[in-house]
Amino acid sequence: MDEAATQSLDAFLQRAPYVRFLGMRVELAGDEMTAILPFSRHLIGNPMLPALHGGAIGAFLELTALAQLAVADPGRRMPKTIDITVEYLRSGRAQDTYARAILRKVGRRVANVQVEAWQDSRAQPIAGLTGHFLMRNEG
Amino acid sequence: MAPHADALGLTLVSIEKGRGTMSAPWREEFVGDPETEVIASGVVTALIDHTCGLAINSAMGEMVPIATLDLRIDYLRPAAPRSGVTAEAHAYRLTRTVGFVRAEAWDADRNDLVATAQAAFMLNTRAQPLKG
Repeated sequence: MDEAATQSLDAFLQRAPYVRFLGMRVELAGDEMTAILPFSRHLIGNPMLPALHGGAIGAFLELTALAQLAVADPGRRMPKTIDITVEYLRSGRAQDTYARAILRKVGRRVANVQVEAWQDSRAQPIAGLTGHFLMRNEG
Repeated sequence: MAPHADALGLTLVSIEKGRGTMSAPWREEFVGDPETEVIASGVVTALIDHTCGLAINSAMGEMVPIATLDLRIDYLRPAAPRSGVTAEAHAYRLTRTVGFVRAEAWDADRNDLVATAQAAFMLNTRAQPLKG
């Protein structure tokens, strides 16, 4: 893991109160980023199963996309989300969740990003996201 | 109440058959971009997902276990700074296994939306649990 780069990216993300509310953090190996959503009771949607809230998973995937965009272009203002499509594949269990994003295209105005989240096995994702993000070029 | 809905402070505004309305308050800890003090889009996502589930449960007339299959959200504009968000969902078609829902979200004015959404839910997931 790249300690200095991870710390600087994490510091950038933790400036957003909502990232701290979810408890999300990131790890970097070169330009490969893994987002981590440690399990916490306040993320539960269905206490009977128990299962993570679909909204919390969707939010985590979206933030992973934004974090990966920050890796690609550090220092830029956080892009604005235009739209997201979340596909739920398996119920999110009461345990830590991981996610990785692929920047399919980063244009001057719009970025197309895909994200996948998993728990025990990366080959068995629990959810995926496709999203479009508006790049904010200063000045 | 689901712990996550509780943590977000979601409150029920109204419910009728096939329709539900819920609100998420603005709180410092929900801010996405500290420069603008606007509520994070993730909170809007969770609010919409939850309200869609409420609409389905009200359409079915009982609390049945459901699972989100797919959720598409268009973020039309950011909410106003330091403003909460309200969402209304309409479960407009239920089959034996799938529920289809549309939702809209706004901050101050019902006619000035911040987001629109379309979702599909699997119904009665207890009989067919989503297993890996």
